[in-house]
Amino acid sequence: MADIAKLESRPSILHIFKLRRGRNRFDLADWLTYGFLLLGFVIFFLPVVWVVLSSFKTSANLQEFPPTILPYATQTAEVQGFDTPLTLFDVVMEDGTTERVALIRRVGKIAQMIDPEDPSAGRLQIAADALAPVKSLHFAVENYTNLLSGSENQIGRYVYNSLFITIVATVITVIINSMAAFALSKYRFRGSGIALFGILSMLMIPASVILVPIYLIVAEMGLIANPWGVILPTVATPTGVFLLRQYMLTIPDELLEAARMDHASEWRIFWRIILPLSTPALAVVAIFSILSRWNDFLLPLLILNKREAYTLQLALTSFQTQYGIRYDMLLAMTTITALPLALVFIFLQRYITTGIASTGIK
Amino acid sequence: MPARLDVAEIGHQIITLPARAMEPLMAGLQRLVGIKRMPWVFLLPNLVAVLLFCLLPVFINIVFSLTGSDRLYPAERPFVGTANYDILLACQNYLDPASCKADLFWRAVQNSMIFVPIQVVGMVTVSTIAALCLNRSLPGRGFFRGVFFFPVMLSPVVVAYTWQWILQRNGALNGILSWAGLPGSNWLADPQSAFFWAIFVTIWAHMGFYTVIILAGLQAIPKDVYEAAKMDSASNWRTFTAITLPLLKPIMLVVFVLCIIRSVQTFDELYVLTGGGPGSATMLIVQYIYEVGFAVQPRNFGLAASASLLLGLVLILFTAVQMLLSRKSNNG
Repeated sequence: MADIAKLESRPSILHIFKLRRGRNRFDLADWLTYGFLLLGFVIFFLPVVWVVLSSFKTSANLQEFPPTILPYATQTAEVQGFDTPLTLFDVVMEDGTTERVALIRRVGKIAQMIDPEDPSAGRLQIAADALAPVKSLHFAVENYTNLLSGSENQIGRYVYNSLFITIVATVITVIINSMAAFALSKYRFRGSGIALFGILSMLMIPASVILVPIYLIVAEMGLIANPWGVILPTVATPTGVFLLRQYMLTIPDELLEAARMDHASEWRIFWRIILPLSTPALAVVAIFSILSRWNDFLLPLLILNKREAYTLQLALTSFQTQYGIRYDMLLAMTTITALPLALVFIFLQRYITTGIASTGIK
Repeated sequence: MPARLDVAEIGHQIITLPARAMEPLMAGLQRLVGIKRMPWVFLLPNLVAVLLFCLLPVFINIVFSLTGSDRLYPAERPFVGTANYDILLACQNYLDPASCKADLFWRAVQNSMIFVPIQVVGMVTVSTIAALCLNRSLPGRGFFRGVFFFPVMLSPVVVAYTWQWILQRNGALNGILSWAGLPGSNWLADPQSAFFWAIFVTIWAHMGFYTVIILAGLQAIPKDVYEAAKMDSASNWRTFTAITLPLLKPIMLVVFVLCIIRSVQTFDELYVLTGGGPGSATMLIVQYIYEVGFAVQPRNFGLAASASLLLGLVLILFTAVQMLLSRKSNNG
C-alpha cells in the first residue's frame, strides 16, 4: 500500500511552475481549473442534492412545474361542518385587501370558498384565477414513514436481503480469496503456476457473457429466488486473488518458519499471521465486494424473481411498473438506498481510490 | 480518524471469527492430507467456485448456443447446429438492422458501434481533464476529488432514477430551461436526445473511476523530470506535451481499453433510465441478451447464449490487448 503515501505526498506538478515564476496571484490556468471544478460540482453534486431535497416533497409539490427548489406544502385548515381539511388560498378582494379563505369546490371558473375563521358567514363565490394557494416550507417526512410502515412495501425485508447478501458474500469472498492468495504466494508446489493462471484468466470472462449458464447452474442447485443464488456465483474474484497475492508476497517467509517451529498448523499461520498482516489489502478487497454486492443489479434481476427475495435495488425498480412512477416513494427509497454507501464513502474514500488506482492499472 | 479505525477493527473481527472457528477442522485436515497438500486445500474453495461459475458456464454456453427450444436443461434441448448463429448473422445489409432476421440484435450492435466510441472518447477526455485539474495544488482539492468520485459509489439504479427525475417532462432541467426562457423537451422520449443522455449519464456515473487511475498515473511521474524541464526553461505547454503526455501514455492506453470493455457491457443504468427505448434507440448488446433470454416469452436461451459468445469473443480480444498493455506499463 505504498501507493497511499504516493497519492498523498507527491507535490502537484504544476506547483513547480508556480515556484519558478515566483508569483502567487491567480493565473489563467488557475481560473480554468477552478472553472472546470465548479462546473463539475454543479453537474456531479447538485443532482444528488436535488433528489434528496425532492424526496421531502409531497406528491402535489412533486408535480408542480416549474419545480420549487425547497419542499413546500399547500396549507389546509379544518373547517367546521366539513369532514376533510380544506385547502387554503389567498384572495385579493374587490377592496384591495387580501383574505385567507378555504376552497370547498370548484365549478368551472368559479370557486366556492368559505372563511375558515367564520364558517357561519356563508359561502363566497370567487373567480378561480384570483386564487393563490397558501404555501409553507414543509418537509414531507411521511414519504419515509409511509415507506417504512407500508404493508405492501416490505422495505425491512429488502434491506435485510441486501444486507445479508452483501455481508455474507463479502465475508466468503475475503476468506476464500485470501486462502487462495496465501497458497499462491507462500508455498512452492507443482501446479501453482497453472492455478494462478487459471484463476487470473477468468478476468477474461465477464459475468454478462455467461448469464444463461449461471442461471442454469443456480437453478440446478435449487437456488432461484434464494439469496445464496446471487452470493455463490460472485465469491471468487480474480482481481481479489491477484491483489492479495501481490500483498502477501511482501510478508517475510521467516515469520511462517518461526510459527512452524512452534508447531502452529498451516491454518493457524494463515489466520493468526497472514490475515492480520494483510489488513490493508483485505480492506480494499472487502470494500470492493461490499460496493459491488450492494449495487449489483443484473444477476439479482435474473435470480431473485420473487418479491420476498428482492434486494433494495430490485425493489427500487418495482416502483416504476404498475401505475406510472410513484415519485414520492421512489425518491425517498432512492435516498435510503444510497445512504449506506455515502457513509462508507465518507469513511473509506482513501482505501477505495487506492484500490482503484492499484487494481485498475494492473 | 477513530471512526476509520473502528470500521477496520469491526471488519477484521468479522473476517477472523469464521477463520478461528474453522481451526479445528483445518488442523484435522492437515493431519489427514499432510503439509505438502495443504496449498491445494487453501486453493480448493476458490478453484471450485471458478470451475462452477466461470469455466463450466463457458462450456455450457457453447452447448446452449448449438441447441434450440425454450427448455433450460441442456439434455432436453435438441441439437440445432449453427441455426442460432444463422439467425443472428442472417442479414441482407449489415448496415441496415431492419433487413436482418434478428433485427433487434443488429440494432443493438449498431447502437453499440455509436455508443461505445462516443462514450469512451468522452469519458477519457473528461476524466483526463479532471485528473489534470485535481493534480494541481489548489485549495479544496480533496473536496473536488470526492465530488468527481462519489457517483462511482452510487448504484446504477440510483444513478438512473436521479437523472430520470431531472430529465422528466416536469423535471429540473426543463425547469431551468423555462426559467431561462428556452423551450423544454421530453428528453428521454425522443430517440436522439435519449441516446445523448444515455451517454451523458453513463459518463457521469463512471468517470470518477478513470479519473482516479489517471491521477495516480500523473502522480507517479518522477518529479526530477519536471525539474530538468525547469532547468531548460521549458514552457508549461511544452512540458505538458513533451513530458506529461508521453509518460502518461501507457496508463492512458490501459484506461482506454478498460473503458471500452466496460462500455460494451453497459446495461444497468440504461435498463432503468430508458429501458432501451424509446423503441430500441438505446438498447445495447447485454440488454438484447437479457431480453431474448429472460424477459420475453418464450425464452430463447440458444439465441441469448449465441449472442453472449459473440460478445465474449470481442471482449476477450480487448482484454488480451489490455493485459498486454498493462504488462508493458508495469515493466517500463
